Amino acid sequence: MFSLSGKVALVTGASRGLGWAMAQSLAKAGARVVLAGRDETALRSRAGELGEAGTWVAFDVTDHAAAARAVAQIGEREGRLDILVNNAGIQHRRPLREFETADFQRVLDTNLTSVWVLAREASRLMIPQRAGRIIMTGSITGFVARPTISAYIASKGAVHALTRELAIELAPHRITVNAIAPGFFATEMNSALIDNAEFNGWVCSRTPAGRWGTLEEIGPAAVFLASDEASYVNGHVLTVDGGFTASM
Amino acid sequence: MIADLKGKAVLVTGASTGIGAAAAAAFGANGARVAIHYNRSRAQAEEVAGRVRAAGGEAVLVSGDLASTAACGDIVERTVQAFGRIDVLVNNAGAMVQRRPLAEIDDELFDQVVHLNVRSVVMTTGAAAVHMRRQGGGNVINVTSIAARHGGGPGALLYAGSKGFVSTLTRGMAKELVRDKIRVNAVAPGVIATPFHDRFSTPEMLESFRTTIPMNRIGDADECAGAFLFLASDALSSYITGQIIEVNGGQYMP
Repeated sequence: MFSLSGKVALVTGASRGLGWAMAQSLAKAGARVVLAGRDETALRSRAGELGEAGTWVAFDVTDHAAAARAVAQIGEREGRLDILVNNAGIQHRRPLREFETADFQRVLDTNLTSVWVLAREASRLMIPQRAGRIIMTGSITGFVARPTISAYIASKGAVHALTRELAIELAPHRITVNAIAPGFFATEMNSALIDNAEFNGWVCSRTPAGRWGTLEEIGPAAVFLASDEASYVNGHVLTVDGGFTASM
Repeated sequence: MIADLKGKAVLVTGASTGIGAAAAAAFGANGARVAIHYNRSRAQAEEVAGRVRAAGGEAVLVSGDLASTAACGDIVERTVQAFGRIDVLVNNAGAMVQRRPLAEIDDELFDQVVHLNVRSVVMTTGAAAVHMRRQGGGNVINVTSIAARHGGGPGALLYAGSKGFVSTLTRGMAKELVRDKIRVNAVAPGVIATPFHDRFSTPEMLESFRTTIPMNRIGDADECAGAFLFLASDALSSYITGQIIEVNGGQYMP
């Protein structure tokens, strides 16, 4: 059950946070995992932690030529690509009146355009294989809003919509495309929020589970969506949020 | 094998055929103790029990017509008598009863559909939650349907409405029961090849459904089973509650 033995996975944003957590779970389920990120030193060290199952490739997801080269290289070295976890993303918090256009575009480039480019490049390997799984990191902010994160919210709503479009377009090639929508997770990206007593109190009281999600709680969702057991799950956004979006 | 499902006491309602049978067998394959509920199909329920035992799980049969509230409580109590506890409840029993247009819906059909598809979910979960609370936690998995989102196929108004009710119940129960460490989620199958469609859909209808599914095929009951295992395992989904996993080949993406 839920075995990924013999599969090759590429995870972006894999050196820390949710990406690293998902990479660990995929490796534990038997996949060979290619960790992608910008920080070579961090990637090398993380790949080392995965032992035989881990390898890495450093590139900036907003450099589309580099992303294409990295995917092609995986095809050459590994002979295949079964799973793409399109996870890399950034946040920028600013009230709308102070939000610079360049920052809005930077968030969209990273969280949306790069996701589309990587899905396209991966599909070029997956289509001839007649098999593949693409998993996006969406967000509950694709469903419900918070102030001061307008670019992030727009990008994640778009990722959910893109998930549905790609699911339809790639279904004839036996590739499924799904997303995971995390709620509030205790990641490095959120460390300032966790340290903010008021925000921390709000998350804990607003989430039915009464706490932030822990990193161990995200990876199995990626394993499920990548597994044979999810063969008829397509175009779905799997929310992992401690009940946040079920609650008012 | 999903390690934390081994030895878990699982009650699956409507487990003699289709998606319920596939879920029961999958729990058995992971070493769970499975109470297989059936109403009329005893021989098929026995066969599912055989599959559970052959895979290394334990199985008991519990029967009852879940349109009756007494039966809902009774099957929970018999599960607890057999296994000493109830860790997972899969509220799968449900039926279309008949395809009928609005003009032909009467009180009798309404009551049949709503009592079986909705009231049984409330009453069975209520009975199970008493034990789960005392045990310190548990998992409830409801079976809703793609019909809850898209309004249902021809003549399926009441069925679709009842599943919309189940989806909403899932969210409300998740909020109420989270304090007792009980997670409540649902699986929403699309068009799956089961006796449900043998009974309620013609081959022509199934063919027209197929053309609307991006994966270009009807799903298989076994393809739903993984979603139940995932949601029942605290090792895999401890931060997921109030959610509905759609298993529909991309036919409807809410």
